[in-house]
Amino acid sequence: MANKILIADDEQNIVISLEFLMKREGFEVTVAGDGEEAITRIREIRPDLVLLDVMMPRKSGFEVCQEVKADAELQATKILMLTAKGRDTEVAKGLAMGADGYMTKPFSTKELVAKVRSLLGMGA
Amino acid sequence: MQKGLSGQRLVTLFLAGMVLFNFPLLSLFDRSAPDIGGVPMLYVYVFLVWTMLVGGMALIIEGGGRS
Amino acid sequence: MLSGLSIVLASLAYLGLLFAIAHFGDRRADQGRSIIDNAYVYGLSLAVYCTAWTYFGSVGRAASSGISFLPVYLGPTLGMALAWLILLKMVRISKAYRITSIADFIASRYGKSHVLGGLVSVIALIGTVPYIALQLKAVSSGIDLLVPADDALAHVANGGGWFDTTLLIALALAAFTILFGTRHLDAAERHEGMVAAIAFESLVKLGGFLAIGIYVTYFLYDGVGDIFRRAAEDPALRRLFTLAHGNGAYGNWFTLTVLSMFSVFLLPRQFQVAVVENVNEHHIRRAIWVFPAYLLLINLFVVPIALGGLMHFGVGGVDPDTFVLTLPLSHDHQALALLVFIGGLSAATGMVIVETIAVSTMVCNDLVMPLVLRIGGLGLARERDLTGLLLTIRRGAILLILLLGYVYYQVAGEAYALVGIGLISFAAVAQFAPALLGAMYWRGGTHLGALWGLSAGFLVWGYTLLLPSFAKSGWLDASLLTEGPWGIGWLRPEHLFGMTGLDNLSHALFWSLFANCGAFLAGSAFRPPNAVEAGQATMFVDVARRTAGVGTSFWRGTGQVRDLVTLVGRFLGPQRAEDAFLRYARLRGWNNLDEMEADPSVVQFAEIQLAGAIGSASARAMVASTVKEEVIGIDEVMEILDEASQVRAYSHQLEEKSRALEAATAELRAANERMKELDRLKDDFMSSVSHELRTPLTSIRAFSEMLCEDPKIDLEDRKRFLGIIVSETVRLTRLVNQVLDMAKIESGHVEWQNAEVDLREVVTQAVDSVSQMLKDRGQEVRVQFPEIVPLLWADRDRLVQVVLNLLSNGSKFAPKEAGVLEVRMTADGERVRVDVKDNGPGIAAAEQGLIFEKFRQGGDIRDKPQGTGLGLPISRQIVEHFGGRLWVTSEVGAGATFSFELPVGWRDDATAGDNQT
Repeated sequence: MANKILIADDEQNIVISLEFLMKREGFEVTVAGDGEEAITRIREIRPDLVLLDVMMPRKSGFEVCQEVKADAELQATKILMLTAKGRDTEVAKGLAMGADGYMTKPFSTKELVAKVRSLLGMGA
Repeated sequence: MQKGLSGQRLVTLFLAGMVLFNFPLLSLFDRSAPDIGGVPMLYVYVFLVWTMLVGGMALIIEGGGRS
Repeated sequence: MLSGLSIVLASLAYLGLLFAIAHFGDRRADQGRSIIDNAYVYGLSLAVYCTAWTYFGSVGRAASSGISFLPVYLGPTLGMALAWLILLKMVRISKAYRITSIADFIASRYGKSHVLGGLVSVIALIGTVPYIALQLKAVSSGIDLLVPADDALAHVANGGGWFDTTLLIALALAAFTILFGTRHLDAAERHEGMVAAIAFESLVKLGGFLAIGIYVTYFLYDGVGDIFRRAAEDPALRRLFTLAHGNGAYGNWFTLTVLSMFSVFLLPRQFQVAVVENVNEHHIRRAIWVFPAYLLLINLFVVPIALGGLMHFGVGGVDPDTFVLTLPLSHDHQALALLVFIGGLSAATGMVIVETIAVSTMVCNDLVMPLVLRIGGLGLARERDLTGLLLTIRRGAILLILLLGYVYYQVAGEAYALVGIGLISFAAVAQFAPALLGAMYWRGGTHLGALWGLSAGFLVWGYTLLLPSFAKSGWLDASLLTEGPWGIGWLRPEHLFGMTGLDNLSHALFWSLFANCGAFLAGSAFRPPNAVEAGQATMFVDVARRTAGVGTSFWRGTGQVRDLVTLVGRFLGPQRAEDAFLRYARLRGWNNLDEMEADPSVVQFAEIQLAGAIGSASARAMVASTVKEEVIGIDEVMEILDEASQVRAYSHQLEEKSRALEAATAELRAANERMKELDRLKDDFMSSVSHELRTPLTSIRAFSEMLCEDPKIDLEDRKRFLGIIVSETVRLTRLVNQVLDMAKIESGHVEWQNAEVDLREVVTQAVDSVSQMLKDRGQEVRVQFPEIVPLLWADRDRLVQVVLNLLSNGSKFAPKEAGVLEVRMTADGERVRVDVKDNGPGIAAAEQGLIFEKFRQGGDIRDKPQGTGLGLPISRQIVEHFGGRLWVTSEVGAGATFSFELPVGWRDDATAGDNQT
C-alpha cells in the first residue's frame, strides 16, 4: 500500500511541483491550500506524512503542526515543514512544535525526496 | 528651620513694635487719666503691647516649629 | 542688724558659688557633655545686658522721669525680632572665620587691618572702663547701705584705706575672669563655665529684683493699683505718670529705643555671649522670645518700687537708686535686703566678667599682639611656644581693665561722668553699627571707609557726649557747655552748629552717626576695594553660601606644612596644633601631616586657627612670615571668587545634569525601544522580502530540477512546467523592481520628473495599457471625467503607475467575465480626485488598514492574487509625496473603491529637500 502524503501550501505553483514530485515517487497525494483545510484533510485521510508550508492563510503551519501533535490519534503523522523564511528561530520553533523535519525553500528536489523517504522509514 | 514665613512674621512684628512704641501712637495713650484699676493709661498700654510682642515672638518661634 | 563681716562673707560665698558653677561647666565641657548647649541657658546669658545700672539705676530713673527709661529694654525686645537676620549672620561669619571679638570682626572684614582692630579696641576700652567702674560703685554703695555705720568693718568698707571691699571684689572678679576666661587658649575662644555662671547670675538677679518688687507692691502696698492711686494724690508724683513732661521726650524715647537696639548686638559683652559663646545657632531661635520675656519680667516692678520709695521716703529724701535696698532696710527686713544685694551683686559681677573677657581679648589680639609681633618679631621668632606669652598678655589685660575700672571709680566717685556712663557707653558702641552692618550687607565698604567712619563717629561722640560729661562732673570749665570752646557759640558740644530741640543724647547720636556714616561712605567711595577687601567682603556678605567648606582663600602662599604646624603650635601649644592639623589632614584625605601638601586651603586653615587666638590681622601677618606669599591682585581675587561661585554653579549644574541624565536615560531607553521596533520592522521587511523571493525561486528550482533530471516527462507537462518557470521569473523580476522602487521612495532617492500634468491623460494612458488584459479576462472598464480638470504639478509616469496599480488591483479582485471597473474623476478648485471601483468581494473593515502595509495581500485565500504586496504601499507613498492621500472604502460583498486625491496648488519646491540627498 502506497504511503499517503498531504501537501499543504498556498502557492499554486509549488503545490503543482510537489504533487508531481511525490506522485512520481509513487505516493498517494492530497492537496490543501490553507491551514484549516490542511487540518480537515489530515483528520479525513490520515496521511503518513504532511509537507507543511509555514506561511499559510487562516492557520499557519506552526498552528497546524501543534494541533496534529496534540491529537493522540494523529501521533503517527510525520510532519515535514517547509518554509521560505530561513531563520534559525523559525527552524527551532518548528522543531519545538513537534515537526519531524524541516526544509528551507528553495529546496533541492532530491534532498526533499530523500528526507520524505527517510521520515517514512523507507531508506534512501 | 526658621525660614521664610517665620522670618517675615518676625520682621512684621518688629515694624509693628517700632510704630506702636513710638510717637505719634504713643502720644494717644500718654495721659494719666483715665486709668485702669488705678494704673495710668501709658503704663498699661506700654506693658500690654510689650507682653503681646513677646507673646507673638514666642508663638512664631515655638508654634512655627510644629507647622 | 547685719554685720559687715556677714555681708562680706555672703558676697564671697556667692562668688565662690559662681566659681563652683563655672568649674562644673568647664568640666562638663571637657567631658563633651555641655551644660550650656541649651537655648534657655543661651537666652539667660544674653540677659548679661541687665547690669547693676538696670538693677539699681532703673528705679532711680523711674523716680525722676517715669517710664522714660523703658526704651532701654524695648529696643532690645524689638532688636531680638531681627536676631534671626542679624545675629545669625554674625554668628555664622564669626564661626566660619574664627572671629572672637567685635574688633576682630570689623578688622577682618575690612582687609584684616591692625589699625582698624586697634581703633575698635580703643573705642571699646574707653566706653567700657567707666561702665565697669559703675558696677563697682554699685556694689560698693550697696555694701555701704547694708553695713551699719558703727560696724567694725565700716571704715574699711567705706574705702578708708588702700584696701577696701570694692577692691577685694574687683580682685575676686579678676581672679574669676582669669581662671575661667583664660583657662586655655582655644581657637574658638569659648568659655562654657563662664557662660554657665552668667546664666545662673541672670536667674539670681531676676529673682532678687522680683522679690523686692513683690515685697514693695504687695506687702508694703496693696498691689500696683494701690501704689498708683496713692501716688496720684501727689502732683509731683502724678507728673511721672505721663511722658510728655519734658522737651523732646518722644525724641529721646526714640533715640533710646534705637540706641539700645544696636547695643544688644554691639556691646562687647553682648557680642561675647551672643556670638562668640554661641554653641549652636539654633539657640538663637528660642532666645528671640526668652530674652525679651526676661526683660519684661525684670521691668515689671520698677515703677511701683520707685513710687513706693518716693512716697515712703519723700521726694529728695533718699537716693532713689538705692530704693531696692533702703526700702527693706527701713522696714527692718535685713535678710531680704541681703538677698536683693546679692541680686545686684550678680548683675554687677556678670557684666564685669563678660565685659572684661571681651575687652581683654580685643586688647590682647588687636592692641598688644600686633605691637609685640612688630617690635619683638625677631626675639619671638626664636621662642618655641608662645601660648604662655599669650595667656600672660590676656591675664594682664584682664587685671589692667579691672584695676582701671576701680581707679576710675575711685576718681570719679559721684560725678556725672560715672552716673551717666550707661548711655554714653551705648552711644560709643553705636559707632560700630555702620561698619558692622556694612560688613555684613554691603560689599562696597573698604578699610579706608571703616577707618574714617569709626574715627569721625568716635571723635564726635567724644566731643558731644564724653566731654560734656566731664564738664558736668566739674573736671572741665562749665563754660565749655554754655559758651563753647574759646567762646565760639556754634561749637558748644551739646548744641553743635547751634542745633537745639534735641536732648543731649539724641543730639550726640545724630551728629556722631551722621559723621560716622558720611565718612564711611565717603572713604569707601574714595578708592576701589583692594584684593583682600573685596575677598573678605564677599566672604562676609555671602557667608551663608560660603561657609568653611568652600575654602576660598584670597591669598596664595606656598610653604611647608611642618612650618605651619610649628607656627600654630607656638600660639596654641604644639600638641593642640598637631592634633588640629591631623584632624584637618584626615578630613582632606591624607594619612599624616608629612603627606599633606601646603596648598592655599591648608595655609588658610592655619590662619583661621591662629585667628581665634591672636586675631585675624595678626594671624595673617604671622602666617605670611612663615610661608612665601605670592602677590595676588584684585583680578585674581575676582577670579578666585568666580572659581568659587563656579564651583557652586558647577555643583548646581551637576545636580541638574544628573537629573538631565536620568531624563536622557529614559529618552535613550525609549529611543532604544524605538530602534528595536524599527529593527524588528526592518527584520520583518527583510524576512518578508526573503520570503517573497524564495517562493517563486522554489517553484523555479523544483521544476527546473525535475525537467533536468527526468527526461521521461511528457511534452504536455514539460510545456506546462516551463510556462510556470517563465511566469515565476516574471513575478520575481517584478518583485525585485518593486522592492527597489519602494526602497528608493522611502530613502528619498527618487528623481521626480515633475511637470504640468493633466490627470485625464494619466488615467487614459493607464486604462489603455490595461485594456487588453481586462478584455482577456472578460472585464469591463468605465471611465468618467469632469469637464474641467485643473493641471497638477507632478511626475506623470509615477501617477500612471498609481492608477495602473489601482486598476490591476481592482481587476484581480473583480470577478472574471463579469468584472466591472469604474474610474471616476472629480475636481474642484483645490483638489482632483480619482475613484477606482470594482465589483469584487470587498474588503472587511479590519483588513482595510492592513492592505497598505508591505507584503500584505487581501482577497480570497484560495485564489491568491498574483501580486507582490508592494503595489499599494508604493502608490500611497507616491500620492503622499505630491501632498495627496490614498485610501479605500469598501463593504464586504459590495466591492471596493480605492480613491486618491491630489491638491492643485502643490509645488515641489516646498519639498525640495526630498530630492536632494
